Amino acid sequence: MEKIDVVIVGGGLSGLACAYRLAEKDLQIIVVERGDFPGSKNVTGGRIYMMPIREMVGDMLDGAPFERKVVRERWSLLGEGNSVGIDLISENFRKEEHSYTVLRAIFDRWLGDKLMEKGVFVIPKYRVDDLLWEGNKVVGVRAGTEEIFANVVVASDGVLSFLGEKAGIRPKMEPGNYAVGIKEVIELPEEKINDRFNVQSGEGVAHLFLGDVTKGLFGGGFLYTNKESVSLGVVVGIKALMGRTTGLEAHTLMEAFKERYELKTLIKDGHLSEYSAHIIPEGGYGGISKIYGNGIILTGDAAGFALNMGVTVRGMEFAIASGIIGAEAILKAKETGDYSEKTLSSYEARLKETFVLQDLQACQNMPAYLDNEVFFNLYPRSIPDLAEKVMWFDRGPKAKIGKTLWENMKASGLLSLKSLIELYKIKNL
Amino acid sequence: MKVEEKLALDAFKTDSESHITINHEICRTRCKAKYCLFVCPGHLYTHNEETDEMVVEYAGCLECGTCRIACIEGAINWVYPRGEFGVQYRFG
Repeated sequence: MEKIDVVIVGGGLSGLACAYRLAEKDLQIIVVERGDFPGSKNVTGGRIYMMPIREMVGDMLDGAPFERKVVRERWSLLGEGNSVGIDLISENFRKEEHSYTVLRAIFDRWLGDKLMEKGVFVIPKYRVDDLLWEGNKVVGVRAGTEEIFANVVVASDGVLSFLGEKAGIRPKMEPGNYAVGIKEVIELPEEKINDRFNVQSGEGVAHLFLGDVTKGLFGGGFLYTNKESVSLGVVVGIKALMGRTTGLEAHTLMEAFKERYELKTLIKDGHLSEYSAHIIPEGGYGGISKIYGNGIILTGDAAGFALNMGVTVRGMEFAIASGIIGAEAILKAKETGDYSEKTLSSYEARLKETFVLQDLQACQNMPAYLDNEVFFNLYPRSIPDLAEKVMWFDRGPKAKIGKTLWENMKASGLLSLKSLIELYKIKNL
Repeated sequence: MKVEEKLALDAFKTDSESHITINHEICRTRCKAKYCLFVCPGHLYTHNEETDEMVVEYAGCLECGTCRIACIEGAINWVYPRGEFGVQYRFG
């Protein structure tokens, strides 16, 4: 059977970006997608940071259906019946093409259509079942009874990457390296979103929540405004969830989150349109295994390219960049006609020169730091309490503010040796 | 809102065969924790007392794979639904 240049498995951002770059160089490529259309199996919180990829994307994202530009960053520590928040507004976020919220079933579908206009075959409704081998070389994929032979297989098959496992280059998934995100899309009129979040049309908010949202377990809540909806969700570490002691069930976190006073007015009269769930890589740099082999590379979530930085979470720009850099490694291999592991290792070498592996490496201590009771329990429990005590005026005379702060900080455990050591560790992050 | 009502909002195309199969012998003999009962965002796993079998309502699967990762005993065999079947997100 005829061999094409590249078969890309998965119509997500890394696969589509890879296809886009290869199509520019007139390679013969096929993208295989198991859903009805690219994006139909994809979920994000979420937003995409544009500045790290602006120079590499060329015209790929011109005219893309972004939802809103994020101009406001919010973080909240949620106690049981109180919360403290930070609200960052900056003209720089407004002026620059900094980050945008997206909805993947819309965004990825748009990019898939753009690829098809360029003449790329994007075949939906095909599940790839296996790799085809020639000795120790991957030479294509099998989908049902059909076989597609190619010089390179790009495994852009998402966080669960069955192909990465079948290729023997990705180990079995460990609960500690992954979190599950549960999300609702709640529709609201554009004007209501503008008013409630105090933003203009086209502008929006990214809001992260820590603490009671996961009942103190590793994870947090998120809210991103889209054009005419909000993406609201809860992320919780799978290992943390498995070790829970309270009889907690994952799906109940979402409802409890929505019942919070902080959320209720924001989503009031909203129309729940979709309920989704997706796994998120949380292993960071240490969770990345091998990302290439003979005739195969792994991109995006399949390679583990996602980064929880505590203050924000990133993934989509890593996916796009890895797809593009993967394409460049393949183009280089095509020059010599050698698609061996040795040649394709230029993929990883190049990633190391870009933000993809540099940012992941710089944050390599983050997962261990975040696997920490202080962050998800002590701070969210005690800091809102502290603020509340300062702001509470009872019948009797008000105690001195400084003294109230000091005594309650001591009582809360914020000043214990253990939590001070944890605080000190921030310097390593 | 109950999770079953939330799932009813999603677009599913259900295959005649389940993409999730469970090795009940492993569940009975090796697994005490039964993580699948509480980690699934769709709350799709239940335990049938009469047959002593775990039951999964695969038609409502959101395809996240959490159960596959959490089933450390390896009782759950989980693959993607066949092409064009399963959940089809409209927003994502």
